[in-house]
Amino acid sequence: MKIQDILHETYSSLSANKARSGLTMLGIIIGIASVIAMTALGAGAQSSIEASIQSIGSNLIIVSPGAQRGPGFQVSAGRGSAKSLTLQDVSAISAQVSNVRAVAPEVTSRYQVTAPGTNTNTEVSGVTSTYSDVRNVTVDEGSFITDQNVNDISKVAVIGPTARDDLFGVGSDAIGQTIRIKQQNFKVVGITKSKGGSGFNNPDDYVFIPISTAMRFLSGDQYVNAISISATDATSTTQVQADTTSILLNQHHISDPTQADFSTLNQADIIATASSVTGTFTTLLAAVAGISLIVGGIGIMNMMLTTVTERTREIGLRKAIGAKKRDINLQFLAEAILLTFIGGTLGVILGWLISFAVTYFKILETSVSLSSVLLAFGVSALIGIVFGYYPARRASNLNPIDALRYE
Amino acid sequence: MIEIKNIIKTYKTGDVEFNALNGVSFTIADGEFVAIMGPSGSGKSTLMHILGALDIPTSGTYFLDGKDVSTMTDDELADIRKDKIGFVFQSFNLLPRTTVLRNVMLPLIYEGINASEREARARKSLLLAGLDEGHFKNLSNQLSGGQIQRVAIARALVNEPSLILADEPTGNLDSKTSEIVLATFKKLNKELGRTVVLITHEQDIAEHADRILFIKDGLLLEDKINQIKKTVNQK
Repeated sequence: MKIQDILHETYSSLSANKARSGLTMLGIIIGIASVIAMTALGAGAQSSIEASIQSIGSNLIIVSPGAQRGPGFQVSAGRGSAKSLTLQDVSAISAQVSNVRAVAPEVTSRYQVTAPGTNTNTEVSGVTSTYSDVRNVTVDEGSFITDQNVNDISKVAVIGPTARDDLFGVGSDAIGQTIRIKQQNFKVVGITKSKGGSGFNNPDDYVFIPISTAMRFLSGDQYVNAISISATDATSTTQVQADTTSILLNQHHISDPTQADFSTLNQADIIATASSVTGTFTTLLAAVAGISLIVGGIGIMNMMLTTVTERTREIGLRKAIGAKKRDINLQFLAEAILLTFIGGTLGVILGWLISFAVTYFKILETSVSLSSVLLAFGVSALIGIVFGYYPARRASNLNPIDALRYE
Repeated sequence: MIEIKNIIKTYKTGDVEFNALNGVSFTIADGEFVAIMGPSGSGKSTLMHILGALDIPTSGTYFLDGKDVSTMTDDELADIRKDKIGFVFQSFNLLPRTTVLRNVMLPLIYEGINASEREARARKSLLLAGLDEGHFKNLSNQLSGGQIQRVAIARALVNEPSLILADEPTGNLDSKTSEIVLATFKKLNKELGRTVVLITHEQDIAEHADRILFIKDGLLLEDKINQIKKTVNQK
């Protein structure tokens, strides 16, 4: 029996019962579509989380005093033990650790910031010029804190768009205006570009001032709250983290690493943790969708068994005119596979449309991966074979005499 | 050439053994028109199944064109049916909602013959079976009983079998259509030299054949050359 004949037979028997074939196919369509859509949503969630982690800087290692509390900005735990990092540590790291692109210390605290007629409570960060590079801060208008500003202990400020909106009104031109922090006047020299929300703290609600100014006029001491280190590439972050730890232990004369008065956090670790969380969720979603795929497969088996019973006499006739077991087997298996294949194709399209809609309506930036499409096709063909096998076998094993007599 | 020797077919129902055929022997030469006759339960259906290579005997031998069919496997039997036997059934057994041409072409699909030759051969068979060309594209459920049975005869002819086996071919037809169908068999036998074996329980149907084998209780009771030559009214 030739392949085109098998396909012709398959097509004509499936189209003879359009409603039944369609409904059976629907099970597979829904199953495949949900697998595709769920994995796309999962991948979207994962990349969105990764992107927001990446937005705080690339290949970043953050050293913070005292206990490790999380990524990004550290809220001061108050004076005392947390005051352990100094600018000497910063120079030691820049001088002695290899594969470091830039080091950015910061002195951060919350202050009431006032502008003429209004005020807000926001984070004020004393930073150096390297900070913008290390922490992915880009300036929208004006300029960032320069080395000159740090050397001169200038009273200049670069403010985030949210802080600007709060102090001077939405979208207003704040360059050249004056803000007051702790009875000191600061001239606004730059506005940073919006980063969008990234979870626990708003990266747009910031005021950046030179670190020297922050030490002299705001914190009044020589300690820094955090040191951000940017490694040259992703592969060297682990080495940079290890070297930084040993240099700082040395600097602080601590011999037992468990007694360290600082902690280091590798951005790669944060991404890995977040990825494993979203990965688990994606697997969970796909598994639920996979169950519906199996239910769809059982639907196929049910339909094929009905078909075999209905067409018993036809099977008897085909056998009487010379069809071998193999011919009958192939014909019914082909029907099941064609059902799941068409169902799979439509399912992929539907799944893609769902994830497209999710992206289009800006719910989440999804991405349909080629591997999930291939997997879906493979699984649907496999379902056709697995759930079509038994009915096809049953058909091919029918005795022609009994089949011809079947009423 | 059909040579049947001492065929026994035993069926088992629980502990009870029952011989449907109890040592039947006969020979049918090429080009004969034979009727196998017997009341229901006589074993003629079992004989038909063995002759049609749908089943094998418990013992005894069956040579079809020199090949021993009695010991074949399922797939070998399928090949015999495909190449050497054409069936015509009482209940026609056409594929529903399928064109006449496709129904007739069906046996050729299993032979792997290409589409254009299939159609040419199917058309030839249909004309031989006496169906108008106007009906070729009709669906099988749009035909009358007589037309359906002629399509079935065309299907039996299409693989150019050594033996056309008709199992009660007129059982579902009225007497007038029966005559036409029987005339078709007679024409195939007389004009084209086909071997036709007709299985029936009706005397007057059997009498259309040249030779009648009476089967009763699994035994061949009588093998006679039919003296009554029925004239078939073609109109």
